[in-house]
Amino acid sequence: MPALLAWIPLAPLLAAGVIAFLPDGRGKLASKLAVGGLFVSLIIALGALLCTLKPGTVIVAPSFEWFSYGDVLLKLGFLLDPLSAGMAGMVTFVAMWIFIYSLGYMKEDQRFGRFFGFLSLFCGAMLAVVLSNSLLLLFMAWELVGLASYLLIGFHYQRPSAAAAAQKAFITTRVGDMAFLLGLIWLYRQTGTLLFFDEGRGLLETGALDSLAGTTTIGGLTVSAAASLLLLVGAMGKSGQVPLHVWLPDAMEGPTPVSALIHAATMVAAGVFLVARMMPVFELGGATGPAMTATAWIGGITALYAALVAVAQYDFKRILAYSTVSQLGFMMVALGTGGVAAAMFHLIAHAFFKALLFLSAGSVIHGCHEEQDIRKMGGLRKAMPKTFLAYAIGMMALAGFPFLFSGFWSKEAIFHSAQVWPGGMGPFVLTVCAALLTAFYMTRQALLVFFGEPRKPGVDHPHESPPVMTVPLFVLAASAVLLSLIGTPFWPWFEEWIHGQAAEFHGGALGEHGAIGLLLLSLVIVSVGVGASWMIYRKVSSDSAAPDPLGAKFGGLWGFLERAMGFDALYQKCVVEPLAFFAGGVDMVERMVFAPLMTFAMSCARACGLISKATDERALNPGFDATCGGLKGRAASVSSSQTGRPQAYLRVIGLGVFVLLVLYFWLGKS
Amino acid sequence: MLSALILLPLVGAVLLGLQRGLDARGAGRQAGIWALVIAFLAAIPNPSKPAEWTLAWMDDGAFSFRFAIDGISWLFLVLTGVVTLLAILASLLWEKGSRAYFALILVIESALFGVFTARHFIPWFLFWEMTLIPAFLLIHLWGGTGARKAALRFFIATLGGSAFLLVGFLALQFAVGTMDFDALAKLATRSELAPKLATAFGLPAVAGHNLLVMVALAVLLGLAVKIPIVPLHIWLPAAYTEAPTPVTMILTGLLSKMGVYGLLRIFLPVFPEVLPSLAPLLLGLSVATVLLGAVAALAQTDLKRMMAYSSVNHLGYCALAIAAVAAGGGREEISSAITGVVYQAFNHGIIAAALFFGIGILEQRSGGRRGLSDFGGLRSAMPVFCGLFGIATFASLGLPGLGGFVGEFLIFNGVFGLKPLAASLSAIGLLLTAVFLLRMIRKVFAGPLRNTTHPPADLCPSERGLLGAAVAIMFLTGLLPAVLFSTANPAILELVKILHP
Repeated sequence: MPALLAWIPLAPLLAAGVIAFLPDGRGKLASKLAVGGLFVSLIIALGALLCTLKPGTVIVAPSFEWFSYGDVLLKLGFLLDPLSAGMAGMVTFVAMWIFIYSLGYMKEDQRFGRFFGFLSLFCGAMLAVVLSNSLLLLFMAWELVGLASYLLIGFHYQRPSAAAAAQKAFITTRVGDMAFLLGLIWLYRQTGTLLFFDEGRGLLETGALDSLAGTTTIGGLTVSAAASLLLLVGAMGKSGQVPLHVWLPDAMEGPTPVSALIHAATMVAAGVFLVARMMPVFELGGATGPAMTATAWIGGITALYAALVAVAQYDFKRILAYSTVSQLGFMMVALGTGGVAAAMFHLIAHAFFKALLFLSAGSVIHGCHEEQDIRKMGGLRKAMPKTFLAYAIGMMALAGFPFLFSGFWSKEAIFHSAQVWPGGMGPFVLTVCAALLTAFYMTRQALLVFFGEPRKPGVDHPHESPPVMTVPLFVLAASAVLLSLIGTPFWPWFEEWIHGQAAEFHGGALGEHGAIGLLLLSLVIVSVGVGASWMIYRKVSSDSAAPDPLGAKFGGLWGFLERAMGFDALYQKCVVEPLAFFAGGVDMVERMVFAPLMTFAMSCARACGLISKATDERALNPGFDATCGGLKGRAASVSSSQTGRPQAYLRVIGLGVFVLLVLYFWLGKS
Repeated sequence: MLSALILLPLVGAVLLGLQRGLDARGAGRQAGIWALVIAFLAAIPNPSKPAEWTLAWMDDGAFSFRFAIDGISWLFLVLTGVVTLLAILASLLWEKGSRAYFALILVIESALFGVFTARHFIPWFLFWEMTLIPAFLLIHLWGGTGARKAALRFFIATLGGSAFLLVGFLALQFAVGTMDFDALAKLATRSELAPKLATAFGLPAVAGHNLLVMVALAVLLGLAVKIPIVPLHIWLPAAYTEAPTPVTMILTGLLSKMGVYGLLRIFLPVFPEVLPSLAPLLLGLSVATVLLGAVAALAQTDLKRMMAYSSVNHLGYCALAIAAVAAGGGREEISSAITGVVYQAFNHGIIAAALFFGIGILEQRSGGRRGLSDFGGLRSAMPVFCGLFGIATFASLGLPGLGGFVGEFLIFNGVFGLKPLAASLSAIGLLLTAVFLLRMIRKVFAGPLRNTTHPPADLCPSERGLLGAAVAIMFLTGLLPAVLFSTANPAILELVKILHP
């Protein structure tokens, strides 16, 4: 298995490389290559997953030397443990179904093959992120998934809005990436290694951890805390945490399968994965250390913020995008309160049901002739029964409908983790409120899209999508339900597996302290959220231009939420414009101050020349000229060589220099 | 071998000069063949066995001129071969130049080979100056509308810098009686330079240190103009913008590297005693270079001028690493920073040449226009060009897997260990690079195709080959850096030994 591990990311990368050389007309072949490459990854990843079922398995593939500088060898490598195996399994599985869905969804697109090339690049890079045994390799792959995301958001580059969204995504995440890079280097300088596991010398092993915890730096922080905070900023960029979340809603400009795969299921979860992977370093400051506290609070704030904003959106995909931001916040809360297993369980559950929701959204949008405004939909339940069924399962999983759905149990685990956290109840309260809003806005979306009467005259003939698009929906829907089997408190297989232990049945899990209370709380949250939404949106006006019932009531607040609390405007005012102004100022100084300085220096040089010329002409030349007069006559014969053409002079000078050099080298003793 | 490298381009230049009536096309073809052969020759020397070659100028041992190739030199030779070839072929493609033009480019190549191999100040300085006149003429005679002024500025600024270089080394010659770089380095490691300077100038021994600082400062000044380091960059934007684009490729790809090479080969090993006194100044200016280059690039609307500032920014990282090394610190950090400088210099040479080549293609397709807003939607009409140029752009902003990343990672790795604050500030430069480069991609390639009646043609096979080759090198150096760069390691270790005994 160790030798095969590298092929999980390599197979799609190779496919991407080959596709890059295919002409646009060979789209079919490109898609076959992409699916084939991913299939190889899927098989190996499932095999790898089986390997880790024995509790406590950690397989470190032999690392290879990348290059050396001075006396230092820089090594990279791959790693298989439950964390990476779970991620790799999820990524390949979800990606495979999204690839298949895309075969139908992108059929009409002229650049069909290019699309699969970019998807393959993304999958390869994403798998390298999760399987990497080196923080450096992880970072490199992390940048590559950013590139793939950039390329795919801007896939329809002819649309200026898509190109702008792609640029915004890359630059916003790069803010985080620079912090990540500095954190990475700091850890490297402190411990001398970037490998996670390296026979006791790795970054996540005792020796390095001790050295990290033992050194303090500016502000009394330990190096571990400072570096963790930097890595956290990196994770915030990729995982859309406030205040670096602004790119994610705009990223919905990308084709819907891209939103499903990259901006819902996998890439945006990379930040969560990073924190989970680096948890031993985060935890060095204790459960309430600065790194953990920051993670928990940022997660909580993000969860609530995005849930609030999602309530006031009208675009089908934007609602889902804010919901993704919010759910990523849940995962961060779990991580910050020490619940790695809860975070990972929610990550994987979320990947299934959110991919499902986006694919359903794609199916709806496709069926409604590219309409995305939910005010103009309505009543689609009858026209698209299969899509509705799939969507309903995804929606119930996200909203946290009890017992049957994985989302319910994963959220439960997060509540539990946040509740017992010794650092305070803040993150817990924030997540509970966010969960309530989640149930609310998802019910709103479901009611507006699938219930009631059709509201838009233009969207008169919605049609169901072909099987190539509906089958993936059912597979993902089934996964979202079945996953709950391994994550209940009665048989917490997943949690024990992540922690490297064998799972046992806990028949009496509910009897434990507070467990029944949490379960009841979850039930109340869902009922209140769904109920309130049902009351408000049950009978919505059949006029698509009518304002939202809540919007009509709370006009100012609603507008504020609709504008996502003004982050974009704030950045425009506080970052973009000042930067442009500053750059203009610098340019002005360059042109107005430095350039004239240069001119002045040149004038000085010229003045020296003039003075010297004047002395020559006034003081020296007259006598010289008299002498020369006599020579003039004889010189006339020579003057024929003086053609006055610079080329001729240059040639002679060049020849002379050359001859001299040849003589010089020839005479020199070598 | 060594002498052949220096002489061959000159032979080519002279032959071009002798063929009266040869048109530009024929001259370009000939020059291309010369450059191709020379590029291969430049790549041949085996840097694991340093080659040396001495010329006795006078019987006095102090003036025996040594030339040598080690791993560091070799990389710069390869870079020179590749970029010159690229520039000549680009000129040929765009039907630029004449016999004299190609001959002058070959003269520059010869001089560069001299600069990158000479180990004695006199030949080194001769070759250093020998790049200047052809470059001046190339800008002056074949440049754009403001070329005469720009060429003069370029000439005077670099000449001014050179004067300081010369004075510095004359002082050393006067004091210690040698201008051989290695001999000077040996003296420096025994801390003999400062006392000898003091004695030579009849000053008390305590003044020796200050004298040496002044000498080092003079040398630094001369080198810094070429790189350039702020505020000595004032000649650069106009020169890079006004020069014919193939010449800009040489200016940024090669002439700027002379300064970096000089810092590595002369400044660091000869002045280790006074480096800590100069480090704060150099560090501050380097951070300013990184940031100013990036910020000024943001404000540009002329693509060439923008790339000119981008070059200032990228070479600022080299200066930054040198400055941090000058401040001193751990062996591993120093190794990392110096290795980073070498990688960055090489990769920037290739990447910047490729980017300017791309801008040249844009100019050629649009009849000379190159404003940020003169294009739009070109990806529809020129998908292959967009792909290759896009890869070069991402290499420039340091995407892992492509050339630029390795150098920048090593530089930041080293600098962060030595001077964390400077590294953190400079990281802002990395961020801003992405801003202006991606904005360029968006404005030029994205959106609806602007010119639908006469859409520009995509790359012809030769253009594809040239840009493709440059991109292939970026992949090679980004994925398997050891292939090209492991050869430089022994030379780097030797340098580290001087700086961290």
